Amino acid sequence: MRVLDRTSMWFLGLLLAVAVAVPVLNLGVPQGSAFHLSDHLVPLIGKYLCFALLALSVDLIWGFGGILSLGHGAFFALGGYAMGMYLMRQVGQRGVYSHPVLPDFMVFLNWKELPWFWYGFDQFWFAALMALVVPGSLAFAFGWFAFRSRVTGVYLSIITQALTFALMLAFFRNDMGFGGNNGLTDFKDILGFPVQARETRAALFVASALSLAMSYLLCRFIVTSKFGQVLVAVRDAESRVRFLGYHVENYKLTVFTISGVLAGLAGALYVPQVGIINPGEFAPANSIEVVVWVAVGGRETLAGAALGAVLVNAGKSWFTGVLPEFWLFALGGLFVLVTLLLPKGILGTSRELAGRLRWPRPASSSSAPPLSTPAE
Amino acid sequence: MSLLQRLLVAIVVALALGSAPPVLADPFDDALARFAADSFDDTQKAVEDLRVIGHGNAEEVISALSAGRLFIRLSDKLVVYRTVSGDLRTAKLGEAAVADASDLKAVRLNNRIRRAVEAALGSLTLMAPDAGRRRQAALAVLKSRDAAQLPLLETALARETDPAARRALEAARASIILTKADAPEVERLQAIAGLTNRGDGEAAAILRSLPSDAPEALRTAAASGVTRIEQRLALWASVQNIVYGISLGSVLLLAAVGLAITFGQMGVINMAHGEMVMLGAYTTFVVQELIRTQAPGLFGVSLFIAIPLAFLVSGAVGVAIERSIIRFLYGRPLETLLATWGLSLILQQTVRSVFGPTNREVGTPLWLSGAVELGGLSLTYNRIAIVVFAATVFAALLLVLRRTSLGLRVRAVTQNRRMASSMGIKTDRIDALTFGLGSGVAGMAGVALSQIDNVSPNLGQSYIIDSFLVVVFGGVGNLWGTLVGALTLGIANKLLEPFAGAVLGKIVLLIAIVLFIQKRPRGLFALNGRAVEA
Repeated sequence: MRVLDRTSMWFLGLLLAVAVAVPVLNLGVPQGSAFHLSDHLVPLIGKYLCFALLALSVDLIWGFGGILSLGHGAFFALGGYAMGMYLMRQVGQRGVYSHPVLPDFMVFLNWKELPWFWYGFDQFWFAALMALVVPGSLAFAFGWFAFRSRVTGVYLSIITQALTFALMLAFFRNDMGFGGNNGLTDFKDILGFPVQARETRAALFVASALSLAMSYLLCRFIVTSKFGQVLVAVRDAESRVRFLGYHVENYKLTVFTISGVLAGLAGALYVPQVGIINPGEFAPANSIEVVVWVAVGGRETLAGAALGAVLVNAGKSWFTGVLPEFWLFALGGLFVLVTLLLPKGILGTSRELAGRLRWPRPASSSSAPPLSTPAE
Repeated sequence: MSLLQRLLVAIVVALALGSAPPVLADPFDDALARFAADSFDDTQKAVEDLRVIGHGNAEEVISALSAGRLFIRLSDKLVVYRTVSGDLRTAKLGEAAVADASDLKAVRLNNRIRRAVEAALGSLTLMAPDAGRRRQAALAVLKSRDAAQLPLLETALARETDPAARRALEAARASIILTKADAPEVERLQAIAGLTNRGDGEAAAILRSLPSDAPEALRTAAASGVTRIEQRLALWASVQNIVYGISLGSVLLLAAVGLAITFGQMGVINMAHGEMVMLGAYTTFVVQELIRTQAPGLFGVSLFIAIPLAFLVSGAVGVAIERSIIRFLYGRPLETLLATWGLSLILQQTVRSVFGPTNREVGTPLWLSGAVELGGLSLTYNRIAIVVFAATVFAALLLVLRRTSLGLRVRAVTQNRRMASSMGIKTDRIDALTFGLGSGVAGMAGVALSQIDNVSPNLGQSYIIDSFLVVVFGGVGNLWGTLVGALTLGIANKLLEPFAGAVLGKIVLLIAIVLFIQKRPRGLFALNGRAVEA
């Protein structure tokens, strides 16, 4: 299998075009023009790209490893909190209480000094590192316990859900030192540039698009390598692979950790664009929603997962603007219809249709979806 | 001005106004007349006199005074009071009286008089015919610790027959003697012993209030008494925690036992299970609304009407879900999980659209409100009812699964679907019925939860994660495991709360369960043998 198949070329091309077009249309085209992209759309589309990255990380483990995580929002939120802590420290004396070191909420809660786990977050490099290391370590620790004791299928799903639920409860507490239920907000600038400025937002947008592209390439590389082949084998027949002498746990643990890191990266890019991170991001419902993005776009397609995330979230933005009370009906219906009627998602189904219409292609073609039994 | 002079003035005024002359021979009338003088000193004296006289209308008059319902009829200086319901009565005999609002002047109060009123009410009600009020009065004396009340307490004690009132009287007496420096030491020691035996927080507080200038023997006795009481209280507190834990555990059991059937017997992950609970709660709400408008007399039995209805509503929705969605997804648990999650969103939004997003009021029938005192425990009736209800539902389910033909078929299909089908069991029908049974039980749980939780569209969501953890913890496919799991989690939760706080306790518990599942991936009571891979 090639790393860059036809779908990948299309996907990366499209992503690159968006990465160039959005900033140009926003900054380069004058405001009155019909081609001008209004200011609020830049962070909105940027947000979709972050969600696409999160969906990509879920597809990597669910589509290829058969690990259905209902707690990936936890890794996303942890990455977001790491970035939020950096942004909080950058506020400096411009907070409401003008305290030189402590963020506003700590002054408000009568904290006297910075807790130890906030040290170092005034440095961008450290915060960026933590945004990847903390979710990665949690994923590693969790996976190490779970996969070694062979917790699989729905049991794993349920405990990942319990994990994010526990983290949500914890972050809601004021004395955790992460701002309680208000979370972290009122950011001023990032790396010296004001967060709200159009140029900064465009730069963050490009960063998100590039991160998505790089992560996509990484995922493609993983799933086309021998490692990826074994992973798919684990998904389809775990016991058989184990009896063949592979260390199944190590494969699962590796891919789960990488996926956690990618989710953390998505969260870190997400926070400066939306300007807030709060414990609501840990809500189990959010994590389940990510899974439906992947299901809509198509499991085991990577590009499809990203596409699904953008489509569902664009739909959400549209619905909540026009018919807010119908959004949950639409989302719920989407869950049901996709699982019943489109088990391969949009991309998977369209590939299948295309494959049927065309002449049978040589067996080496990678675009034909492998026949897989659903993972359990 | 002497008392006599004042009286004379009052008489002269009364006579001059041409009203019926007061009968001076009666001290009760004397006291009443003082109110008319409209001076704080006189009012206070009047209250104290009434307290000593302590008969007839004295109590009514003083309580009216304390509530600002005692008036002077300006036209004839007659003392009248308004009852709680608003009727005007004469102070002397409680006969009906009439007066314009402009003709009435309220008797004024200041803090000094309020204290006198409180003490007077306390001692007057010590002799009240109603045992409950005597007890209240004794408690009031206990709080004021007024040494002057001692003789009255002794008299009251001598004729007290009601045990609760007697306990309160004894405590009041003991507390007065304890703080009374001139009481004989033997009596004070007895008081300490009595208080120690009483053994509640209030007794400990009284013992701690022993003046520091008291003799050494008294102080050591009091100190050891306090320690004994504290030990006893700590014991009761842990008993209380366990009882609360059992109560929480039975709530969890109710929420989870339906899941134990759909998940445990059928292997179906029903994320909409919480919404079945919610539908049950809303059924209760609708039943009560209908009863309120159509047949208010039935309110007391509204829950008994709601229980079967909730079973039918949730059960029917469950069967519909199984037939329309889940049957296409057997063998694909992760897809089932997603589809039912979508369903739960739709159900929530439907209920939100129909009933509104706010909490709906579900009433508690009279026979379920109130509490029973048991030793140092206070158990509310609705908690007890939920424990009993959970046990009943659990027993009924066991009976259905073990002893009925339906249960036999359900177990047969669970164990070997193809074999069961070959034996003529309609497996499709059994699937639908099993799912309906699990959902219906969830609906009944909703009736119970409507009594202790807010009935809102999010009701189910708050239980779904807990329910899954109970089932997974207890071991899938085993109802007894669910029972043990629910009670263990409930009790552990309540035992952790005092140390860690509610939220942190919950987090600790979640982490403990996650770790436990790593250790025993198939739960506490894992199925062995063939069933494991089935």
